[in-house]
Amino acid sequence: MNKPLLPTDLQPDDGIQLYEAQKKIYPQSVSGTFRRIKWYLMAFCLGVYYLLPFVRWNRGLGAPDQAVLIDLPNSRFYFFFIELWPQEIYYFTGLLIVAAVTLFLMNSLGGRVWCGYLCPQTVWTDLFFTVERMIEGDRRERMKKAAEGFTLQRGAELVLKHSIWLLIAWWTGGAWVLYFSDAPTLMKELVTFQAPMIAYIWIGILTCTTYLLAGFMREQVCVYMCPWPRIQAALTDEWALNVTYKYDRGETRTSLKKAAQLRARGETVGDCVDCNQCVAVCPTGIDIRDGAQLDCIQCGLCIDACDSVMKKVGRETRLIGYDNDINIHRRMEGKPEIFKPVRSRTLVYSALILGIGAIMTYALLTRSLLDVNVLHDRNPLAVRLSDGSIRNGYTMRFLNKRGFDRVVAVDVEGPPNAVVHIIGTDSITPDRPMIILGRDATTELRVLVTSNTEADLPKSMPVTFHVTDIGLGEVTSTKDVFVTPETR
Amino acid sequence: MAEHHEGEIDKVSGRTTTGHEWDGIQELNTPLPRWWILTFYACIIWSIGYWIVYPSWPLVQGYLPGLLHSSSRADVAVELANLDAVRGGKMKALATTPLADIEKDPALLAMARAKGKVVFGDNCAPCHGSGAAGAKGFPNLNDDDWLWGGSLEQIMQTIQYGARSGNDEGHQGQMLAFGQSGTLTKEQIVTVANYVRSLSGLSTRPGVDLAAGKTIFEENCVACHGDNAKGNQELGAPNLTDKIWLYGSDEATIIETVTNGRAGVMPAWTGRLDLATIKAMAVYVHSLGGGK
Repeated sequence: MNKPLLPTDLQPDDGIQLYEAQKKIYPQSVSGTFRRIKWYLMAFCLGVYYLLPFVRWNRGLGAPDQAVLIDLPNSRFYFFFIELWPQEIYYFTGLLIVAAVTLFLMNSLGGRVWCGYLCPQTVWTDLFFTVERMIEGDRRERMKKAAEGFTLQRGAELVLKHSIWLLIAWWTGGAWVLYFSDAPTLMKELVTFQAPMIAYIWIGILTCTTYLLAGFMREQVCVYMCPWPRIQAALTDEWALNVTYKYDRGETRTSLKKAAQLRARGETVGDCVDCNQCVAVCPTGIDIRDGAQLDCIQCGLCIDACDSVMKKVGRETRLIGYDNDINIHRRMEGKPEIFKPVRSRTLVYSALILGIGAIMTYALLTRSLLDVNVLHDRNPLAVRLSDGSIRNGYTMRFLNKRGFDRVVAVDVEGPPNAVVHIIGTDSITPDRPMIILGRDATTELRVLVTSNTEADLPKSMPVTFHVTDIGLGEVTSTKDVFVTPETR
Repeated sequence: MAEHHEGEIDKVSGRTTTGHEWDGIQELNTPLPRWWILTFYACIIWSIGYWIVYPSWPLVQGYLPGLLHSSSRADVAVELANLDAVRGGKMKALATTPLADIEKDPALLAMARAKGKVVFGDNCAPCHGSGAAGAKGFPNLNDDDWLWGGSLEQIMQTIQYGARSGNDEGHQGQMLAFGQSGTLTKEQIVTVANYVRSLSGLSTRPGVDLAAGKTIFEENCVACHGDNAKGNQELGAPNLTDKIWLYGSDEATIIETVTNGRAGVMPAWTGRLDLATIKAMAVYVHSLGGGK
């Protein structure tokens, strides 16, 4: 069998291709537990995606009242009660870390749960499959129609299918842009062609990608484009539950009739009747009985298909189920199955999620809603005035994250007899300048601190600025240095 | 050796060869893919169109302009004009708003400070330093000591017409060279220099007769520096009782000043910069902290 090939036997197309041309897959509809879970999750995910921009959230007068809004022109991100400024982008970093570790945790518990149930590619492809089935019929019908020639009715079906696909794709792009502007207003503008060009461009891009990825690329995305199957393979341990064909029960595969004959002769026969239903329903067109593989998105539809067959033939269900190799071997050795959801890695992952989540929540709840930054003048570092007093200049930047104007007073502490003056403000109270900070805005002002003293000051000494919100009593402090000039 | 056999078929692959053979090694006929060839031809056709429409051939003087007469230099000019148009409103507001009111409008103040900082860097920094800290002989604009006055109007006046700049409206006046002219003897100069140091609380050379210095001062210096030596901004005469010294407060420097006189020049900027720009600069300098 492994006789070496002679050069003359080689044909140009004999070699293994790096890329296998797409084989058209016709997944059959199926019903069962996992299909039901997939329906619910699909409804939930799509519902969140399509409807979230329309959820309102009252933030007071003048502030956007959209619950989730990415306000790029004003560099703000609104998520219900949270409002983030550009410099708080680290919350997204934390969120991404938590998301990644959650993915790891899901993987170490139940395999590629993400791929099978939650990944947008899966959700939209599933939606597109549903449309396809409603119009063209189920697996056999579609295969038959594809094999037959083109008829007028076939043409009408295709037009209808692609129209609905495009409609879904278009609305997917439409919902996307609604996250970036006030949704009802933008909808009106889109309809009357008043919306900014960029909105139409993004709708166009997402229409194309949704239509292509969910309508045509489908499992190709998972097999060839997505990095997660590769990463996932490296993250899985022997205890992780995966959609598994329990070969300890299944081999050898044979039909019911033949099985009865073989059993009568005392030979071992498996539960698998080789009906190929698990292959027919698979959205990536694989045979789960070949074992765990990269192409398997672990959506569990083969479990449903197999269970329904097992029920019909009166055999125990879950010939295919969430299981792992350890249990297969234990059963073969006659030991009871064990499941270990609590393992070192799941503990570490959970601890990481809880830890980072707690840090983020704490940081979010205790973050200052009035940020003050101060920057010392670099040239000159210090100025001596005609009466001998010493003055340092600073640029102060105030960030008022609240949704209303605030009046703050600036006090300074550190240099002896320090007096603070802010350029462009008339102080009501002498020596204690008060300024108005616009709501949800930054204000940059030039601040001068003068110290009048007979004593020799050190070259550099700490100075603290206290910014007091007159209305709320909130105090934000920031530190810098006060420099003494060299005498000339 | 190269040989040529047209149209042979390779036994191993079953494909035709190009007919070229080198030392028994034959070349398979593997043409470029059709799509590649077609793309290549399309590029050639496209480039011909490009060549007609856009500037292409260099000529002896200039270049072939192409049907569109496209020019990136002209595009830049248009963009600069647009920028002027965009800023036009604010620059106009700056030019028309009374000087005293600019600092009351936060937006206009921010604009004037930003604009002033840039123009200062371009025009004033060579003498006064990038942070306006000055140098010996060039005043520090951050402090509160002003030769010609530190109010907004006075600062603007100085920027516009300068001092000893040759402009008729510029500030005039100079420190006379008492030593060179022979008005004061060396000893008298040393005496008056020490007296001047004593005015701002600086130490004096032991044995110097300060009372004599006072007399010399009253006879020669009060005309410009005033009875109390507080200076005179009309004449650009510095206050000699404060802690700020343009050329230095040590005895030798003061002796040099009295001997040879001083007459630093501030150029006039009117005619070189427009009114709005000069206003912005005045506001910027005033906001540095020393403005009165």
